[in-house]
Amino acid sequence: MIKLLSGNEALALGAYHSGVKVATAYPGTPSTEILEAIATHEDIYAEWSTNEKVAMEVALGAAYSGVRAMVSMKHVGLNVASDAFMAASMTGVNAGLVIVNADDPGIHSSQSEQDNRHYVKLAKVPMLEPADSQEAYELMSYAFAISEKFDTPVVVRTTTRISHSKSLVRLGNGQVEDVPRRRFEHNWQKYVLLPVCARLRHPVVEERILNLAEYAETFPLNKIIWNERQLGIVTSGVAYQYAREVFPKASLLKLGMTYPLPHRMLREFASRVDRLIVIEELDPFLEENIKSLDIQVTGKEFIPRIGELTVGIIEMAGRSAGLLADAPPRKSINIPLELPKRPPLLCPGCPHTGIFFVLNTIGKRSQPVKNKTDDPKKPDLIICGDIGCYTLASYPPLQSMDTTACMGASIGMALGMEKAGSTDNIVAVIGDSTFLHAGITGLVNAVYNQGKITVIILDNGTTAMTGHQEHPGTGISAQGKESGKVDLEQLVRGIGIRDVTMIDAFNVKALLKGVRGAISRPELSVIIVRGACPLNVPRHANPRVIDQEKCDLCNTCLRFGCSAIQKVDERIIIDTELCVGDACAVCEQLCPQQAIAPQSNTAGKVVK
Amino acid sequence: MKKLDLIITGVGGQGVILASDIIGETAIAAGYDVKKTDTLGMAQRGGSVISNLRIGSEVYSPLIKEGEADILLAFEKLEAVRWAYYLMPQGTAIVNNHARPPLSVGSGNTRYPTDSEVMDILKQQTDSVYFVNGTGRAREMGNIRMLNTYILGCISVFLPFDVPAWEKSIAAFLPPKLKENNIGAFNQGRKEVQSARL
Repeated sequence: MIKLLSGNEALALGAYHSGVKVATAYPGTPSTEILEAIATHEDIYAEWSTNEKVAMEVALGAAYSGVRAMVSMKHVGLNVASDAFMAASMTGVNAGLVIVNADDPGIHSSQSEQDNRHYVKLAKVPMLEPADSQEAYELMSYAFAISEKFDTPVVVRTTTRISHSKSLVRLGNGQVEDVPRRRFEHNWQKYVLLPVCARLRHPVVEERILNLAEYAETFPLNKIIWNERQLGIVTSGVAYQYAREVFPKASLLKLGMTYPLPHRMLREFASRVDRLIVIEELDPFLEENIKSLDIQVTGKEFIPRIGELTVGIIEMAGRSAGLLADAPPRKSINIPLELPKRPPLLCPGCPHTGIFFVLNTIGKRSQPVKNKTDDPKKPDLIICGDIGCYTLASYPPLQSMDTTACMGASIGMALGMEKAGSTDNIVAVIGDSTFLHAGITGLVNAVYNQGKITVIILDNGTTAMTGHQEHPGTGISAQGKESGKVDLEQLVRGIGIRDVTMIDAFNVKALLKGVRGAISRPELSVIIVRGACPLNVPRHANPRVIDQEKCDLCNTCLRFGCSAIQKVDERIIIDTELCVGDACAVCEQLCPQQAIAPQSNTAGKVVK
Repeated sequence: MKKLDLIITGVGGQGVILASDIIGETAIAAGYDVKKTDTLGMAQRGGSVISNLRIGSEVYSPLIKEGEADILLAFEKLEAVRWAYYLMPQGTAIVNNHARPPLSVGSGNTRYPTDSEVMDILKQQTDSVYFVNGTGRAREMGNIRMLNTYILGCISVFLPFDVPAWEKSIAAFLPPKLKENNIGAFNQGRKEVQSARL
């Protein structure tokens, strides 16, 4: 049977066919679809965990107890989970534990371009890397077998281009491996990491990685593809695909296990080619590890360490290194204007639009369209942002975010600014899923340390940016079943916040009043702004339209960045196919001329 | 067939990725190797979307090299221009004659290219430029979502798969009640594309 699967779908199916019983994750591009895919199998347990650290701990507990478990996350998710990850290496696992880690070279949808291969060296655990969906599928059964044979967590590392590319997968017999449940062993010297036990474990970990290096010599997915001997290339992952396209005559050492490395295999390969190079994305991870074996090799001298590689980039690098002949210059296209960029935007009907318009207004971050002055006031509101769709409010015209670092950082940073004596008003803005992920502890800290900041929780009832995953506030599980539900209002009141306001995300007046009030009061306050993500609103009734006779082109409706509102040929119109209508109506509230009305009210009039 | 590299582009929400999926499945059913890679995540939110679809006897890289795409299929004119450098000299450009001006155009900071600029830019690369009225036709047919199957009909003329194969893969991606209308849209696109050549 042949299927066109994304790398993520193939990993999930590979894990399922390997008899995985527990799968956990927190959504994060480009890893999200792994859990989504495996959660469709009702005979296993799959959960969205509160965050990656919890996901790692749940999976580790499952493995300790005797069943195969998988946890998946994006690269920065492993930062969050690193404490549990390091512990998992120390204790070992009992039944197999596979950690799928998806890096994001090119920063398609992340806050950093970190190369997580360094983590496996730190934790002294093995790492496997697929080069397409077929390998992603096949690697999983090896990963679980290695995990159990060597009593270690195994990292399967992908990148965006592997996770999100689709390629053909030939499924074997398509059967689920029957893996007998192991018994949990009561062994405190292994599983209780007191110093006295950890000292016993460390030599075990050191010996394990030596044994794994020996195993790597015969690992079936480490293979040499002999061709001409002038050039030998060590490569892995998607870079392997580019390497064989650019250098079809070179010999290749294609690594399916990129840590620890097969020393003898590398030495043999190096000794039989005239020139040895490494083609890898991001850091010179393979290159430095190969150099440490006293093997002469180059790579990052001419291959970029920033961004994704492509066939074109490797060709250019190959020419600069004298590995390829110069190509005739390509005819370039002359484009006579600067093309308008099209960055991702808050969708029409987004519940974040109104609140950020209000923050922009209160903070004097852009001038009113009418009464423009030459001497604009300086912004006097600091807005500490967080990670989610709402980070897009940084773009013009909303321009209402001053900081975004990592999940949950808004609250701690806002408190830090206050404690540093900042004289500006300070708000933290954080989404519901992000608040539950890593914002709660920051808020507890603000209660404890008597902060006076205002924390705005944007509750759209979903994890929107990664494609609408459930979370502890929705009451629905990853497998679509009714589950426990955390009430955000009760939660913040429960940790001791007295000043709590709930506001409808589409009521601009209430938002203005609520935010003004909260920042003027000298105590810690929380505003929960509630409104559904428009992509989850099934029917879009009554799109708004602009009465062109009333419209005086003041441009106010263009100030909050609704992409349904467009200025075309000196007229402002609303694209009724994009407008969500009654579910939003923010523009109608803001129009000074009251020129915006529901389409149903305007029958017979000249509109649009 | 040596290889076919397709760049499919448009604005998030227009159905670019679905179109790419349907073409991919049609190619697989015809026995080809396929790799495809799409923009996901941030770019879905109304941003510029691009799908690389590679068809051949054996495909290595999932990404198409600049200047080597056999076909550029654009659901929106500005996106056609933005990704025109992927098209190989004398490749085929099929462009839905539809403008979705980005916000920066509305606020007067940038300018949307004129139709003659769009044509000139594409004509620098190839003589085979097709301007199809997909959005207009889909509206006439009563459902903007039929843009997708209309556009598939347009590109089908340039791909080595027969009509029954297309109908099969389109049906596999759509609810049964939508099948008939969408096959109709497909056939209309297939019929009209040749007359849309500039």
